[in-house]
Amino acid sequence: MTVTFDLARTSLRAVNAALHVPDLAGEFVITNPFGAHNVAVGVNAPVKIGIEGHVGYYAAGMNQQAEITINGNAGTGVAENMMSGSVHVRGSASQSAGATGRGGLLVIDGDAAARCGISMKGIDIVVGGGVGHMSAFMAQAGRLVVRGDAGDALGDSIYEARIYLRGTPKSLGADCVEKEMRPEHLAELGGLLKAAGFEGDDPASYTRLGSARALYHFHVDNAY
Amino acid sequence: MCGIVGLHLRNPELYPKLGELLTRMLREMEDRGRDSAGVSVYGDPAWSPAGSAGISLLGISDDPASVHAAIAAALPGAAAAVRKLDETYVVTSDGDLDALVTAARAAYPDAVVAGFGHDVTVLKGVGAPRALAEAWGLAGAQGWQGVGHTRMATESAVTPSGAHPYAVGPDQCLVHNGSFANHATIRRELQRAGMTFDSLNDTEVGARFVAHELEAGHGVHEALTELTRTFDGFYTLLVSNADSFAVVRDAIACKPAVIAETDDWVAMASEFRALAHLPGVENARIWEPEPEVIYHWSRQEVPA
Repeated sequence: MTVTFDLARTSLRAVNAALHVPDLAGEFVITNPFGAHNVAVGVNAPVKIGIEGHVGYYAAGMNQQAEITINGNAGTGVAENMMSGSVHVRGSASQSAGATGRGGLLVIDGDAAARCGISMKGIDIVVGGGVGHMSAFMAQAGRLVVRGDAGDALGDSIYEARIYLRGTPKSLGADCVEKEMRPEHLAELGGLLKAAGFEGDDPASYTRLGSARALYHFHVDNAY
Repeated sequence: MCGIVGLHLRNPELYPKLGELLTRMLREMEDRGRDSAGVSVYGDPAWSPAGSAGISLLGISDDPASVHAAIAAALPGAAAAVRKLDETYVVTSDGDLDALVTAARAAYPDAVVAGFGHDVTVLKGVGAPRALAEAWGLAGAQGWQGVGHTRMATESAVTPSGAHPYAVGPDQCLVHNGSFANHATIRRELQRAGMTFDSLNDTEVGARFVAHELEAGHGVHEALTELTRTFDGFYTLLVSNADSFAVVRDAIACKPAVIAETDDWVAMASEFRALAHLPGVENARIWEPEPEVIYHWSRQEVPA
């Protein structure tokens, strides 16, 4: 049975508390979010949650296990620090989508704004459109797939995360370079596209980007 | 933090609802700043009657009758009216705008000129946005464009002169979320060019810079392009005048902004929740403005 929470009638705190009870199971729908912040944050249960409308900041943040779908746009920091499970934004996302995420899959059907995947630590992010400037900044682990173009300074100071880009970056950030697409990368990308519902894309039409690892060690400019 | 809202109406059927819509938008942004607030309303038939000139003044302790006497005395041949909306005095005259501004400044040299023009009424004050909106009777206002700001002060004192909007040129208005890093340098340059300032606020420098550019004959697009080249800092700005509505963000674009557009209106706010109750928002085109891109709309002719 699906349980529906109407945010026009029930407080956000009560809805989030109801989603935090031990041994939570089943399916949930949240209606009338009207851009509220912190909708369905901190869920840690293998449940399905649908949010019907646009959400504000940090929606589905810190998610573990849950499969959360947002039928609308998301504000700053959607699925920030996700640990596992999945978050699917059917519209576009504001800045810092998937920031610091450690696991799980974030899919954004539309565009993601600046700093998508900033400091990602293991999360997989698939963006249907483009991403804004400074995306994957200091990205440590995980994969960022972008079906459109990227803004300035893509992958600046990136560590070991992998970026797959179909379009063109406005510019690459410091230490981010194009890398060879080997068979294991084509297979990995194919799997991510399939998981995100974009299996029609040819993985060979993407470019792999990652760290040149030139910033890993400090080089003194003015050595005597 | 601060919150910005703005609504530029295209459909005249919505004009009577401007105040109601703007009030709700402002209230939604109260969480982003509640030490002071302000609004600019364009085209309210009572506050800015058609064909009149108006000025908004802050920091006057006289009663409205004395204000009327003090300013009207210096306006021979023109009929003046004074309205007190919370702490803001709105003085209108059927005469010349420059004469009204000169008379008001002469009568109350210590008052802050919150705004002036033929179309705009600027109201601002210290306190929670909701309480101020109530005190102004904002929900009953009408018109074709409205702008609002909820302030969390960072760059200057919490005073009426530190509240936004900054409306320093005729029918102009600027609201800001963020902070300018080099405002003191630019203020000194503008002061050398003969400009005077009402406050130590960084946003006032931005507003006077834009006014200076417009006065020099540049368009809004050029003025804001020059602003992005001159100002350093983090900012989202909403800049309006008697004809236009424009949004610009700095290159880093960390201060939030969302724009929504329908055939009936263009709206901008710091967060979507301020737009969530606008009529027809479910079918609006909604997007986040790109860094250093100037988004600019001009007023459409009102159908006869």
